Amino acid sequence: MLGKLDWSAIPFDQPIPLVAGAVVLVAILGVLIWVVVKGHLPYLWHEWITSVDHKRIGVMYILLASVMLLRGGSDAIMMRIQQAIAYQSQGYLPPEHYNQIFSAHGTIMIFFVAMPFVIGLMNLVVPLQLGVRDVAFPTLNSVGFWLTATGALLVNLSLVIGEFARTGWLAFPPLSGLSYSPGVGVDYYAWSLQISGVGTLVAGINLVTTVLKLRTKGMNYLRMPMFCWTTLASNLLIVAAFPILTATLAMLLLDRYLGFHFFTNEAGGNVMMFMNLIWAWGHPEVYILVLPAFGIFSEVVSTFSGKALFGYRSMVLATMAICVISFMVWLHHFFTMGAGPDVNAIFGIASMIIAIPTGVKIYNWLFTMYGGRIRFATPMLWSVGFMVTFIIGGLTGVLVAVPPADFMLHNSMFLVAHFHNVIIGGVLFGAFAGFEYWFPKAFGFRLDERWGKLAFWFTFLGFYVTFMPLYIAGMLGMTRRLQHYDVAAWRPWMIVAAFGMAVLTIGVICQIIQLVVSIRNREALRDRTGDPWDGRSLEWATSSPPPVFNFAFHPDVRGEDAYWDMKARAQQQSLGHEKPEYHDIEMPRNSPTGFICAFFATIMGFALIWHIWWMVILGGIGAFATFVVFAWRDHDEYVIPAEEVARIDRVNIEERRSLVSMAGAI
Amino acid sequence: MSMTATAGRAHADPHHIGVVVEHPGPASKRIVTAYGFWVFLLSDIVMFSCFFAAYAVLHGQTAGGPSGAEIFEQRNVAIETVCLLLSSFTCGMASIAADVRNRFWFYLGMAVTCVLGIIFLVIEFREFADLIARGYGPTRSAFLSSFFSLVGCHGLHVSAGVLWLLTMMAQVFAKGFRADVLRRMMCFALFWHALDIIWVGVFSVVYLLGSAV
Repeated sequence: MLGKLDWSAIPFDQPIPLVAGAVVLVAILGVLIWVVVKGHLPYLWHEWITSVDHKRIGVMYILLASVMLLRGGSDAIMMRIQQAIAYQSQGYLPPEHYNQIFSAHGTIMIFFVAMPFVIGLMNLVVPLQLGVRDVAFPTLNSVGFWLTATGALLVNLSLVIGEFARTGWLAFPPLSGLSYSPGVGVDYYAWSLQISGVGTLVAGINLVTTVLKLRTKGMNYLRMPMFCWTTLASNLLIVAAFPILTATLAMLLLDRYLGFHFFTNEAGGNVMMFMNLIWAWGHPEVYILVLPAFGIFSEVVSTFSGKALFGYRSMVLATMAICVISFMVWLHHFFTMGAGPDVNAIFGIASMIIAIPTGVKIYNWLFTMYGGRIRFATPMLWSVGFMVTFIIGGLTGVLVAVPPADFMLHNSMFLVAHFHNVIIGGVLFGAFAGFEYWFPKAFGFRLDERWGKLAFWFTFLGFYVTFMPLYIAGMLGMTRRLQHYDVAAWRPWMIVAAFGMAVLTIGVICQIIQLVVSIRNREALRDRTGDPWDGRSLEWATSSPPPVFNFAFHPDVRGEDAYWDMKARAQQQSLGHEKPEYHDIEMPRNSPTGFICAFFATIMGFALIWHIWWMVILGGIGAFATFVVFAWRDHDEYVIPAEEVARIDRVNIEERRSLVSMAGAI
Repeated sequence: MSMTATAGRAHADPHHIGVVVEHPGPASKRIVTAYGFWVFLLSDIVMFSCFFAAYAVLHGQTAGGPSGAEIFEQRNVAIETVCLLLSSFTCGMASIAADVRNRFWFYLGMAVTCVLGIIFLVIEFREFADLIARGYGPTRSAFLSSFFSLVGCHGLHVSAGVLWLLTMMAQVFAKGFRADVLRRMMCFALFWHALDIIWVGVFSVVYLLGSAV
């Protein structure tokens, strides 16, 4: 009846996951009860859960990422504490549990923090920067988000019901095969990634189509803001790479569920094929994450330097070069597994070549700042912090791209330090910069600068104190994933790293305080003009938060830095001689399709993990029925009448006029 | 700025040689839908290419079991191929019928496509059932695992296509040739033709090369 599921799945003997699970459960129940009692449920349902507005979906993506950041971060804290105290002792975590923690930490941070964060920002900003009303496929967008949420939910479910994979974040066979991992841990891993992977693919298709086919009048490719270019590159990579992940996990699941022999040790299975397939997805994945961050830095650096981006065309070229080369380096992840010196040399050189376009970008940012009137607002701090940190990460990356050096350093703490260096210093700093930069656009008020700067400095310093010692420990020969160790020389560095983790945690707390303080002071921080940073691209041309239709009429773009250009022209022409003509606007209707799809996907995923076959069929039928019902509806759009558009737009224009005349007076 | 000059030149140069062409604005819904669906199909083909790659790596790993030459039946595969290629033709006819709003030829074209698809699926299913009955199921060897997965994955796509086809017929029956129904029909046709292209790959890589070894 319930497949493999019984009471033994709940870890009554392990206090840590049980207590953590109970706390989370109480918190969720508390929030739910509060929502229902306060009567917020209809509002949430109509305005957020069923919303197909790209801005709302973007915000929900970022919210999901933030919550999961806390979960993945607590895993990190637990690991740092364990390694600090596990010198010649077992530490406080049983090995089984520790293995689950590092697997969950990697999985969550990549798939449910970094991915939703950058996809959320792209969703929120790209249609605005392109000057259009929505993404190409609004309802599909909502489906994509909710499937990602399903994946996150399944991973967290494993905390209390059953277990998570103990195989590392990429579940290498044969360890992840049935003979070495008979439990449900790997199944939790694989199904949650399968489901959220579909969501990511959907988002990728959507954004590629949006950038290529939906641009406002005059927005030629070489007039698109840099963030749109990096979004395009990143999403092309999603479309090309995520199907590989889907296929690979499908093969692993076939091995586990039906006794196939793709990656087994018996009957001709080939484990190295898994390495090749997973890294053919996994290496582009790194660039899927970091390219949008590069785009954010481009926007932020140019805005806060008051200058157009230096070397715009070389930046475009560098972006697309990275997009292509990132697919040619996957093998550097297993230099030590016997591919031979020729193959290693080729992939080593290919890996180092990526440093060239990345270097181009760094210099372009530096030259953009050079001679500019730089304002060190919080987003700019994150960007400058990124440049310093990412260069270190890039250099250590080139170091491990040298095959002989890699033979010494692979699977060591040096490697752990390297990829945290690029992922935190690149992606997370970028995500935070984008968060601070576009927050006023999404909500209509700025974030508190004082707490934002404190958050930056604690995170920045905390990062160095945590991860620089790991480089040294790696040089001293410490391998990764150690539950405990007997080498005295490693210990001091582990203690320093744990201390750094504490500093990092203060940074996170500062960020939470910043959010609370800013919401409290939102009237004082209100942004009426829609353009709080004196921005350059079209998202600042509309009000904050933008109306549901983004723009009353499609802006006419005449060059790079579209909005900067408009402001400059408006000042010259003393603005406001033309009376715009308003038209009715058709917008897509809200739809619960995404939420219902995810509901059935959750049921199906859970049933598959526990082999509850009748429930799998139920979920499948439900998903198909949702699809048909959605396809059957007759009215998928509603009309906003021209008068309403005019009313909303006039308010915006008045605010803007005062801004421009003020700027003219200065 | 120089932009007005660019716009001027664009008019003087209708073949768009050497100048920046002014972007006219967002594309129509029909183009956006078809384009997005193309991108999806490309991603689907990437997914298939992984199974092709796995088959290429594993096709010699028979673990003492049968090799391709011993189990493939050319006659069945030939019938399957004819069915699928023909169905692509009839699907094309149904698309044309939809474009000229002719219900009779639309239903006829779709019905024939459906029947051909089902014949294909039945033959494939019998091939699989027969192999499993002889003890050559996917668990026998890595070669058979990759064979069943690649061909089965294509078969699953065809099954989904048949379901979609029936849904399209029902939609035209209930709603007529509305713009959104026509857009879906266009996507379905793209999907069905793409399956044909993939089958040509399966036919060549799995059956032709496999029988030759």
